[in-house]
Amino acid sequence: MAPTQFAPAGMYRRDEGLGVWEHRGKVAVVGIGHAPTARRWDETADTSVGALTILAIQKALEDAGVKPEDVDGVVAAPKGMGEPWTPRPIPEDFANAYTPTDDPNDGLDGASADWIVLNTPGLSNVSFTMHGPACISNALVVAAEAVGSGLTNTCLVVRGMGNIAGRYGQHGAAAMDTAAGASQWTNPWGWQLIPQIAFGFDQYCRKYGSSHDRMAPFVVNQHRNGLMFPEGFYYQHRPEPLSVEDYLSGRWVCKPMGLWDCDLPIQTAVAYLFTTADRARDMRQKPVYVLNHCSQRGIVRSLIETLDETEEFTDSIAKKVYEGSGLTAAELDICNPYDGFTLFTQYYLEGLQWHGVKRGEAHDFYGGDIRVEGPHPFSSSGGNAGNGRTRTWNQTDTIQQLQGRAGERQVRIRAETGLAGAFTPNMSDWMVYGTSPD
Amino acid sequence: MPKQSPVPDDLSKPFWDACNEERLVVQHCTDCDRLQFPPQENCSECPSDAFEWREMSGNGRIHGYCVMHDSRIRLLQADQPFNIVVIELEDAPEIKMLSHLPGTPPDEVPVGASVRVEFQETPGTGQKVPEWRVVG
Repeated sequence: MAPTQFAPAGMYRRDEGLGVWEHRGKVAVVGIGHAPTARRWDETADTSVGALTILAIQKALEDAGVKPEDVDGVVAAPKGMGEPWTPRPIPEDFANAYTPTDDPNDGLDGASADWIVLNTPGLSNVSFTMHGPACISNALVVAAEAVGSGLTNTCLVVRGMGNIAGRYGQHGAAAMDTAAGASQWTNPWGWQLIPQIAFGFDQYCRKYGSSHDRMAPFVVNQHRNGLMFPEGFYYQHRPEPLSVEDYLSGRWVCKPMGLWDCDLPIQTAVAYLFTTADRARDMRQKPVYVLNHCSQRGIVRSLIETLDETEEFTDSIAKKVYEGSGLTAAELDICNPYDGFTLFTQYYLEGLQWHGVKRGEAHDFYGGDIRVEGPHPFSSSGGNAGNGRTRTWNQTDTIQQLQGRAGERQVRIRAETGLAGAFTPNMSDWMVYGTSPD
Repeated sequence: MPKQSPVPDDLSKPFWDACNEERLVVQHCTDCDRLQFPPQENCSECPSDAFEWREMSGNGRIHGYCVMHDSRIRLLQADQPFNIVVIELEDAPEIKMLSHLPGTPPDEVPVGASVRVEFQETPGTGQKVPEWRVVG
């Protein structure tokens, strides 16, 4: 097979006014697989990103009761979020264990669909592969569209995420004396994603009269939810609750962004299995149907994204979420927007108007009862803040909530529909799920 | 404080050349009479590629800010914490530029205050970049 391509623009539902998704209810999620988590890679082959990716795939197939030979499609987010392994030498035990692709980093800092097909036992009938860049949410919307339009019938959606020694983003362009390309406008002043989010949050607080300390109930609850998520990093490795005092005493990263507003990089992998609604009926788990997918690709007016633009983008996301699914805000039960960084989650909540939360009201809402046991179980996954950096916990939780197998996290309110997505307000992909295809 | 030196490309060279002459210019779309920054191949409002470079007054206003304590940019790390300030141009408030706001201590940024452009040489190549200082 030729090297896997990134999904064409036509697979994303980016515009308002597209109506109900034409494949609404015709695609189902039937399996979930999470590999164990680790803070960092220990540099042995059997805990490499590739090995964890294979393990996640095997768990997803087992969850669904599907043999690898029955899989005919793989959609992958081919790179993790950590540093590239290069220029370090390829570890000998890894080289001996796996078949390489043309990318020497493949299987070490991410796993492409090509690497997955070459190295996963039994994946002998895959005829469709595609990549969704940068995010499992991106890969999920691509897979939903691919299954819906008949490009594949039984499709794995996969992301492996690596975290090697050292800090993110401190090398390469960040370590140079010059700034070229798009960074010529930003890097001289140190403007990157973190300042963008911190600045936006400061603007939000000025506009609506709030402050950073009012984020504490949300972030503390994210960690609480994470400690009820057996697949997550904190549950597995650091099962201590986060207190309000912990949150408030966290060092500033970029004021008003504190340490606990950032997520913890980890090493792990996730896989989901998608199939058609017809096939899903015969599988092991209760199917969860895809009611819609949509994407946001916002264009900013000038150098930075203003709060007005952020609110415009998240209003647009909400319109597309509801329009494409045919749901209203009152009909959306599970709400799992992205939280890595925690300081932008309120834009999604307010745009969606979940449980009636309007612009400027999120921090009041956070101060109410948002526990999973309560009436407003917002972000029941605990997100990246509560589980580690993957952008996948909100997807898994939403699916599990609808299947009634979220364990301790199972919400007490109705759980028949749900939303999950990531990444930023101007660049994100969203999935709407339901217990019924109708 | 030392910054990375921007590397001009075909599109940005007129902007950076003007900075070296201590002039602040932005793209002006001659078809729809719109100012645009950073420069792009086409106007993002209309499809035109008919631009001229228009000199700005050099006056601005502080739109907002944050205070960086843990930058990824190596050259900036010695000066942490430092302000990262968003400036809006008096001539076109929708256009935003960045500043460390020299002369203003970290986290003492007067949002809404008037600022005036100045130009600062960067150590890597000597390229000058716009900076902004609170007026009065």
